[in-house]
Amino acid sequence: MGTLVEEIFSRKAGRRVQAGEIVLLDVDYIMSHDNTTPLAIKAFREIGKPIYDKNRIVLHLDHAYPAPNVMAAENHRKIIDFVKEQELPHLFMQGVCHQVMLEEGFVTPGAIIIGADSHSNTYGVMGAFGAGLGSTEIAVAWVTGKCWFKVPETIRIELHGQTQPGVYAKDVMIHIAGLLGMDGATYRSVEFGGEYIENLPMHERIIFPNMSTEIGAKCGLIAADQVTIDYLENETPAGGQPSPQPLSRGERGQVPSPLGGERRVRDFELLRPVNPRYERVLEIDVSTLTPQVACHPDVDNVKPLEQVEGLEVHEVYIGTCTNARYEDLEIVANMLKGKRVNPLVRVIVTPASQRIYKKALQNGLIEILMDAGCTVTGTGCGACIGRHGGILAPGERALTTMNRNFVGRMGSPLAEIYLASPATAAATALTGRITDPRKMQKSE
Amino acid sequence: MGKAWTFGENMNTDEIIPGRFNITIDPKELAKNVFCEVKPEFAKSVQPGDVVVGGPNFGCGSSREHAPIAIKGAGVQCVIAASFARIFFRNAINIGLPILECPEAVAGIREGDEVEVDLSSGQIRNLTTGAVFQARPLPDFVLKIAAAGGIVNFLKEHDIQELMA
Ligand code: SF4
Repeated sequence: MGTLVEEIFSRKAGRRVQAGEIVLLDVDYIMSHDNTTPLAIKAFREIGKPIYDKNRIVLHLDHAYPAPNVMAAENHRKIIDFVKEQELPHLFMQGVCHQVMLEEGFVTPGAIIIGADSHSNTYGVMGAFGAGLGSTEIAVAWVTGKCWFKVPETIRIELHGQTQPGVYAKDVMIHIAGLLGMDGATYRSVEFGGEYIENLPMHERIIFPNMSTEIGAKCGLIAADQVTIDYLENETPAGGQPSPQPLSRGERGQVPSPLGGERRVRDFELLRPVNPRYERVLEIDVSTLTPQVACHPDVDNVKPLEQVEGLEVHEVYIGTCTNARYEDLEIVANMLKGKRVNPLVRVIVTPASQRIYKKALQNGLIEILMDAGCTVTGTGCGACIGRHGGILAPGERALTTMNRNFVGRMGSPLAEIYLASPATAAATALTGRITDPRKMQKSE
Repeated sequence: MGKAWTFGENMNTDEIIPGRFNITIDPKELAKNVFCEVKPEFAKSVQPGDVVVGGPNFGCGSSREHAPIAIKGAGVQCVIAASFARIFFRNAINIGLPILECPEAVAGIREGDEVEVDLSSGQIRNLTTGAVFQARPLPDFVLKIAAAGGIVNFLKEHDIQELMA
């Protein structure tokens, strides 16, 4: 009996837990990346105890990778040396941490995964609990396998209807950020559901838990269903072994890891809210929604696209854990095919992971993007945190598919960042001005 | 017992300790610049046992642990706020800085008032005005972490299970 987060926590605790309680729980995986791991290593050394279970630690080099400067290289060195010293099996240099966590099958329904990154909420897309924490807590989890949590209250967002052509999950989520505001869900679990979510493919669902961070949420959850199972079967190393009891409990699967360990990929349970008590329920009809833009300087400064249409941009950035999946690149490629982007605008595409990049290459998307004048970079966080791969100059304006537009996020604090869907980004790349994708898609 | 230092709403981690000072994690070093832009006299005049009082969403912004470390390094006994940002809340507990949520106390305490706080009962007394406020008491495990001086120190001596025991 409870909300989805109460169900997930109750299963782990082995007893009923309720919002407001504090619980100490086993965590399935502990994620950190090149930005946050060095501090965790420092705290780990201070604690002075051995690692609890090496198989639960997953490390990524993605935030400043390949290293754009000596400091980043030193961080990478520290992490790789630590991996060797402790013989850790899971080190990845395969793209943005959250995307790789999903692709590699680390995220399964009902799991508890903590990450030293605020967008660890992303794992909620699989019906798992995912939350971001500080580096010290990551080190604590390394040596104990556990983490304390205050069971959060839940806000349920019920999404009805179907979006119109040219309107995507990103537009819906930006709209929600505008409605709730940047602290609208602080400490809360946000459950996304309703027929709109149920009919949505995985790559569109991801936007909601991913950007639940932007409204202050502790976690953003979508209950696992057949779409989730299909993703696990078809897109992760568990593939090819259909579960004997779909829609109930998955069996354990072991998959070897690049550095010799193994990982469990299919130990899961499809949990659903059962007679939940919500703090608040928000009903939203998506069928009348038009393309939305989160404008400089806050993610909740949301406007319908037509109010900012025609605003000049200097860079279009298509990337990040929010919107650089294969399907996103496909939308962009379809719109840019046989055309040229504005020659005075830097249009940068950073596929979220190596796997996405490879598929896009095999299917000809990369060629289309390059022929249209885009710069396609290596995978990772790219320009998202203003370290490399598309830094902005003072006075510049960027339209991007990212999840946040904090002042200074992409470099100069005097630059402006506007957030939108990949389709809006593609339309804007063509004209050099914020452009409604529906106008560009009509001709096809 | 200590003096109250009051701050407004949405105090973000950069206002607590600007990013440029985050090159160290030494509490004493960080304490030298804590609140330097919003209240320059704070770092020089704060006394051990003083209390920081803040509005809603105290500690919003980055997930860096420097902000609570800097406040604790200054000798502050506890932070009372109308509400805390999520990661600051966790980080403060983990580094052993006691925090109490109590909007009534925030409304009823002015800069310079003498304040007495009982962390285990959650009682806050404004000795200057005589008003008494009741925050939710801190859970046992938070007091244990605070007593050890943070979770890293706690783990040096104890098993994590003892937190909840
Ligand atoms: S892509 Fe951006 S938001 Fe996502 S993990 Fe990397 S830096 Fe964070």
